[in-house]
Amino acid sequence: MTSTAYESTAAPETDLRRRGIRIGDLAFKGIAILAALAATVLLGLIAWKVLQLAWPAIQDFGLSFIWTDAWNPVTKEFGALAFIYGTVVTAVIALVLATPLSIAIALFLTEIAPRKLASPIATMVELLAAIPSVVLGLWGILVFGPWVRDHLEPWIQATPLGALPVFSGTPSQAGILPAALVLTIMIIPITSAICRELFIRVPRDLTDGSLALGSTRWEAIRGVMLAYAAPGIVAAVLLGLGRAFGEAIAVNQTIGNANAIPTSWFDPGNSLGSKIAAEYAGATSLEQASSILYLAAILMVISLTTNVLAQVVVVRFEKARRAV
Amino acid sequence: MSTAPATVDPYDLTQRSSGLRRRRIVEKIFGVLAIGAALFACFILVVVLGTTIFKGFSQIDLGFFTKARPLYGEKGGIADALVGSALIVGMAMLMAIPVAVLVAIYMSEYAGPRVSKGLRIVLDVLNGVPAIVVGIFVFGLLVVGNGQSAIFGAFSLAILMLPMVARATQEILDVVPQSLRHASLALGVTKWRTTWNVILPAAIGGILTGVVIAVARIAGETAPLLFTSSIASNQVSLDIHGALPTLPVMIYENSESPDPSAQAAGWAAAVVLIGFVLVLNILAKFFAGRKRRQLEGS
Repeated sequence: MTSTAYESTAAPETDLRRRGIRIGDLAFKGIAILAALAATVLLGLIAWKVLQLAWPAIQDFGLSFIWTDAWNPVTKEFGALAFIYGTVVTAVIALVLATPLSIAIALFLTEIAPRKLASPIATMVELLAAIPSVVLGLWGILVFGPWVRDHLEPWIQATPLGALPVFSGTPSQAGILPAALVLTIMIIPITSAICRELFIRVPRDLTDGSLALGSTRWEAIRGVMLAYAAPGIVAAVLLGLGRAFGEAIAVNQTIGNANAIPTSWFDPGNSLGSKIAAEYAGATSLEQASSILYLAAILMVISLTTNVLAQVVVVRFEKARRAV
Repeated sequence: MSTAPATVDPYDLTQRSSGLRRRRIVEKIFGVLAIGAALFACFILVVVLGTTIFKGFSQIDLGFFTKARPLYGEKGGIADALVGSALIVGMAMLMAIPVAVLVAIYMSEYAGPRVSKGLRIVLDVLNGVPAIVVGIFVFGLLVVGNGQSAIFGAFSLAILMLPMVARATQEILDVVPQSLRHASLALGVTKWRTTWNVILPAAIGGILTGVVIAVARIAGETAPLLFTSSIASNQVSLDIHGALPTLPVMIYENSESPDPSAQAAGWAAAVVLIGFVLVLNILAKFFAGRKRRQLEGS
């Protein structure tokens, strides 16, 4: 009797509370799921919308647009080759210069520097990443560019390298080389930060073992740390490459905006991003911008491919680690 | 024993071979190169900051912050661009932060490991979409037909901010001790209240760090604004339905100007922008340090 009385009075309340609890939890979980879905849909929407925007131009110009070196609004001949060349060449020069520097910086910070020195230097490298690209571009065109023209480019021409066609011609303050060097500065903090995290995660006993066997510190680093972190370094390079491909503003300010493939890296060129950025003024109608939208679609495909590739490398890397 | 053989004992560690000397030299060279690389990066930072301050700081006075940009000739300020930047970045934060934190909560509190990993990749790829492509996306989605507006500019910056804040928040939520969750749930607290009242407060330092770093990055972002909020007058305006001038777009335009006084104004604006970004980064360090102290204290 007492137990049924207890149930009859208490049951409705607990039932309600339980249901209330469930509704709160369900609602919160639902909102969180919606947010996660929104982020995923957003990525798909960006890809779809940019391709859709470019579609009229893709039909107009066809795929040959990609390997045509022409940009003539009068004769309506358009092609992306000069911009793809500019994008790839500036990014590759930047990566070739930035990768060894970044690895060296990361090794210095994790292996060589005493902790008191490592922390301020790491902060400074981080702050280098914090400088807005437009400010770096401002510095690049007004200060760095003239220096490159007056000192660096004549110096390169004086070395045996000067015989190469890419280092021929008259030095100029805006061109492929200054843009590539500004990109190098932008990428160093990104890749060195990733490399630093990779090196920190290399198990101590592996390097200690190598040192105990009599290898010098450099041999331990080369034979153990770099070997262990190699796939991660590849991913870091790919991420840096994606960043370099996509940088529009600083490159636009320093590359000189020429719409043909230059013979010399001293000469002005253009990258996909910088060409798009150059055309922003007065871009209010789609017809006006159709060839630019095609460039944007190419840029998106290139950088998405690079980024997905980097993710694949990371996932493979983690899988291999777990198997070991 | 006293008559030692003249041959080299391969197991004698004290014996110096030319090979060892060569290895030690390689070691030295490596050390010097590594130090050189680190110093080089610091040198670049000092040079960029130094020239910017040297060229811009003398332009800055009170009027620089209170007057709008001049149309021709006379000396003006950057008040219009400051107001525009503040409004656009503020709106971007309102749009991005709630969604980003919810995405992170879903990833770390609700989703299974596979879904969570998938979302992580989605966010990382989203983070890799070039800013200028995001600008083109918002241009095609919203600006065409409606015209440029500060809201659209803020939306494009929010797209850039979302993956940064979500990843930072998710990483910090993952290191919140499991015991906190268990204790709260064992006391009969519901899951969403546990997340809201226990997990988020524990992670707030890390979330703020992520937010501040993301704000520092989008405050200097130019590319998405070119197509969404760049055709603006040089007047202080609070009308977010129209395009507003911003600091990065102003620096961008001035950097391509042949006029020395426009370049000088560009440098001065760059000092303000860099100052803001550096303060935010130092703030982020402070939040991160406080969080670490808290974890060490507990």
